[in-house]
Amino acid sequence: MRDVAIIGIKSTKFGELWDYSFRDIFVEAGLGAIKDAGISGDEINGLYVGNMSGGQFVDQEHIGALIADYSGLARNLHIPSTRVEAACASGGLALRQGVMSVASGYQDFVVAAGVEKMTDVNSAAASSALAAASDREWEGIMGATFPGLYAMIAKKHIHKYGTTSEQLADVAVKNHLNGSMNPISQYKKKITRESVFNSIMVADPLHIFDCSPITDGAAALVLAPAEVAHEYTDNPIYIKASAQASDTIALHDRRDITTLDATVAAGKRAYDMANLKPDDIDVAEVHDCFTIAEICAIEDLGFVKKGEGGKYTEDGYTAVNGQIPVNTSGGLKSCGHPVGATGVKQAVEIVHQLRGEAGKRQVENAEIGMTHNVGGSGATAVVHILSNKR
Amino acid sequence: MSVVRFWRNQVNRYNLEGTHCNSCDEYFYPPRSMCPTCRREGELESHRFEGKGEIVTYTIIHSAAEGFENQSPYPLAIVKLDEGASLTSPIVADPEEMYIGMRVKPVFRKLGESGDKGMIYYGTKFAPDKND
Repeated sequence: MRDVAIIGIKSTKFGELWDYSFRDIFVEAGLGAIKDAGISGDEINGLYVGNMSGGQFVDQEHIGALIADYSGLARNLHIPSTRVEAACASGGLALRQGVMSVASGYQDFVVAAGVEKMTDVNSAAASSALAAASDREWEGIMGATFPGLYAMIAKKHIHKYGTTSEQLADVAVKNHLNGSMNPISQYKKKITRESVFNSIMVADPLHIFDCSPITDGAAALVLAPAEVAHEYTDNPIYIKASAQASDTIALHDRRDITTLDATVAAGKRAYDMANLKPDDIDVAEVHDCFTIAEICAIEDLGFVKKGEGGKYTEDGYTAVNGQIPVNTSGGLKSCGHPVGATGVKQAVEIVHQLRGEAGKRQVENAEIGMTHNVGGSGATAVVHILSNKR
Repeated sequence: MSVVRFWRNQVNRYNLEGTHCNSCDEYFYPPRSMCPTCRREGELESHRFEGKGEIVTYTIIHSAAEGFENQSPYPLAIVKLDEGASLTSPIVADPEEMYIGMRVKPVFRKLGESGDKGMIYYGTKFAPDKND
């Protein structure tokens, strides 16, 4: 297999982008990444686009073709374009498809992107679309909501390990602080524990400030064989590992309600592939769709011991200046969560960190970073390890 | 959910009917047509669950799922049946009396409805089993 590098990145602003359409945002991200790479469209061999539910959010399928067309890569160049779907892990999976294609030698230059336009429907319709990431027939119809599933993980974590609501809130407080320093993030206001406790209860013990928002946004990366990356950019970022794992679609079938075994498996595969340990990671973007999800993620990826994620969060271990800075972008919680785009945006943030261009949220001497993207309540996990050294 | 899609599993939903693998002695609810443990070697047969079980974890849902709007707030739990399978179900109980480890029994109840003129869905929910 060939080494693969990221040579261009772009993320649109995340938020409620009323003035922009689905096509506007993916064109902005895709062309931005191509421009950042200094590559021309006719050099691109393929597109992989993460999109969870164009069908339900904008009543549009055949997303791959639409994107190739409006990005100017279809009519004359006829560049192949493939949509990739794994619910909220669609973006991470699109990156992985691109990496596999370049690593195998099948394609040389590839755009891996993600896009979701969620605010063209009302919030009930958006929630219903998101519920399709769980088991519709045996969770959804029984009254489960997405926050409800993660609330049951939280309740069990609290019961088993003594994690507190304050520690859950601390994840949101940290990520809003980080988001306040990120120009693309949906929310730029800092919050406190009290803001979380005073917000409405969605599914006990999760308040609305424990939940990631509904967001529009797109992000894109240009991938290239590592040996030619320097011809396009002075600061290529190398893919050291790309790993993916599956687990049961329904939460009730898991071995342990408080552990995402798919995250554990994908993490282990990634560490093995990169020949690295959790201690070697300088900065990580993890899938904090809910505050409890970040606590489980830092445990399941091996940054802290199982059951101690809450305590470590409370102690500032995962802050920008902590031992292992987590979600410097603001995470899904504050930067926003356009489901199909999130996994790609995580890689955009890690590239910013490894290039040393993350501004006020820059982690000192960051050389190795990780992205962790989850689909549903943990049925899919995708982990990538990136480095600024080949 | 469409009528036909619900109807297809009506027997399972009404009677808590799942499957049992004769090869590895594992139980599944909802039913599976392939045993995930012994895979191709498995031999599955229908199994009607006794229905008694224990709450593994729960939540009180305030922002309701589609079709459950007029029931909120409502308790929702993962129930581990005594035979071994686990499922997700609303609990017919006061939110205040919920706790992890609570013993529960099955009750036949309305699950939801597809709007004012749509089908009413029935199925098995669970309630506290005070005699257990």
